[in-house]
Amino acid sequence: MKLDFSHEFSLIVSSFQKAGASRNIFLDSQIPGIIVEGNSVLAKSEHKGLKIKTRKIKEGVEMKIYLDNGVKMEKPVHLCFGLMAKKGRQVIKAEFFIGKKSKINFISHCSFPFPQGVDHFMKAKVHLAEGAEMNYQEEHYHSSTGKIFVWPKTEIFLKKGAKFSEEFKLIKGRVGKLKIEYFTYQEDKSSSFFLTKIYGKKNDKIDIQETIHLDKRGAKGIAESRLVLIEKARGDIFGEIVAQGAYAQGHLDCQEIVQGEAIASSTPKIIVKHPLAKITHEASIGRINKKELETLIVHGLTQRQAVNFIVQGLLK
Amino acid sequence: MRKKLLVLKDIFYQTNGRVILKQINFSLLKGEIHSIIGLNGAGKTSLANLIMGLEGYSPTRGKIIFENRDITKLSLYQRAKLGIALAWQRPAYFEGISVEEYLSLKKSKISPADCLKKVGLNPALYLKRIINEELSGGERKRIELASLIPLEPKLVILDEPDSGIDANSLEIIYLLIKDFKRKGISVLLITHNQKTTFISDRVSLLCNGEIIKQGQPGEIGLFFKKYCQTCNHIGKINKKILRQ
Repeated sequence: MKLDFSHEFSLIVSSFQKAGASRNIFLDSQIPGIIVEGNSVLAKSEHKGLKIKTRKIKEGVEMKIYLDNGVKMEKPVHLCFGLMAKKGRQVIKAEFFIGKKSKINFISHCSFPFPQGVDHFMKAKVHLAEGAEMNYQEEHYHSSTGKIFVWPKTEIFLKKGAKFSEEFKLIKGRVGKLKIEYFTYQEDKSSSFFLTKIYGKKNDKIDIQETIHLDKRGAKGIAESRLVLIEKARGDIFGEIVAQGAYAQGHLDCQEIVQGEAIASSTPKIIVKHPLAKITHEASIGRINKKELETLIVHGLTQRQAVNFIVQGLLK
Repeated sequence: MRKKLLVLKDIFYQTNGRVILKQINFSLLKGEIHSIIGLNGAGKTSLANLIMGLEGYSPTRGKIIFENRDITKLSLYQRAKLGIALAWQRPAYFEGISVEEYLSLKKSKISPADCLKKVGLNPALYLKRIINEELSGGERKRIELASLIPLEPKLVILDEPDSGIDANSLEIIYLLIKDFKRKGISVLLITHNQKTTFISDRVSLLCNGEIIKQGQPGEIGLFFKKYCQTCNHIGKINKKILRQ
């Protein structure tokens, strides 16, 4: 029996467009990647030097991505995860193996257009071999119901000279409940960079835990978070850097803006175990600038539109 | 005879126990450029904010009438919808927002590029710039003035559009203000530069929260230069000088 996923596919294309994906990504067979709806792999496209192995599991998909040594991917690899059902759970177990001196960019779109009780859990392990580079951009769309729990947990293992960067963006629709966890384990002269941008509304709840282990000499790590929280949203950021290698350098940068009854907190933790390591942190929590709001209202925007306009700029 | 667009009736404004404006009676005609001149601390910006209805600026007593309608209790948004606009003395910055996006806030026949040209800024150099503190104060100010054009307001309140602007750019700003007038837009021009008042139809001199003299630009300008600029500004009005 041949399975027909055309309906799911068209739904997923339109919902991923809301998450910021271009329609061309789905139509261009030259773009490598994978599209997963629930626990079904709707499409998969590999590339020379790039292998994507998948296995269906009870509530999701197990996925292993291998990039051979010395392969530098010109086009980004596109990953789409979504659940079109109103209720249910999607679990993605992912593991990335990026070969020596290879380079790869991922663009990931996660879309949940009708959640009335949806969980999306992503448990990922990233292994970057010596001199490898990986960039991961993740954008989410959760519609306006807020009845969703998203929990990405990523462990990143960086060998000598490897570079990893990740940008997580959730600025359209509601967040719902979100828990982000990053852990890095870094060897000599490796570097990691995390940028998180989230716009929380109503009773959204956001927990971010960033833990960077600069284990070896010259390892570097930066975690930047930008949260805008309005109405009754709550955001808690826990940033931790542990530096035990000589000349390791780390920085935590957390900026939160609150409006209405929203609550924000920032807790940095810095542990330095080597006298030649250096860690810095900065954090600010403030309100939306009154003059900016009033300027936009003078230009004909309502208070709500003005807040959105300012937020879109801040999180751009 | 031109109709009155804005009328202030016995406006009194007090904040934190301090009197800022007292018994302001003032009218602005349709299509008129009217300057309010005064030294720092005279109450000029408070007057502008009060007319615009910014947060924290509500008259302690008195009425603000716009197009024969009492707008004293109206919100900032409601006043903006009626066609009142304000350009701040020090405009706000917007992280992540380009000049083009800012000038496109209201759909208009006039393109963002044309708005920039009106204030003497090259669109090729400025449209993609972000409205952050990398712009100079003068550049930001000119962008703010440009942003008023698509609004097509009935009244623009310009709070010291001439401060921090070089001489060449000042001429361009004067042209823009005259252009507002040509289109029938009334301009309330707040300044402490007597030269700027020469583009006005009438000038009101504000001292220590009171309008103490009203008249033609030349007359008020000379008075301001002779008496106000040399005044030690102790907050007392010399009635003898006023009678001269």
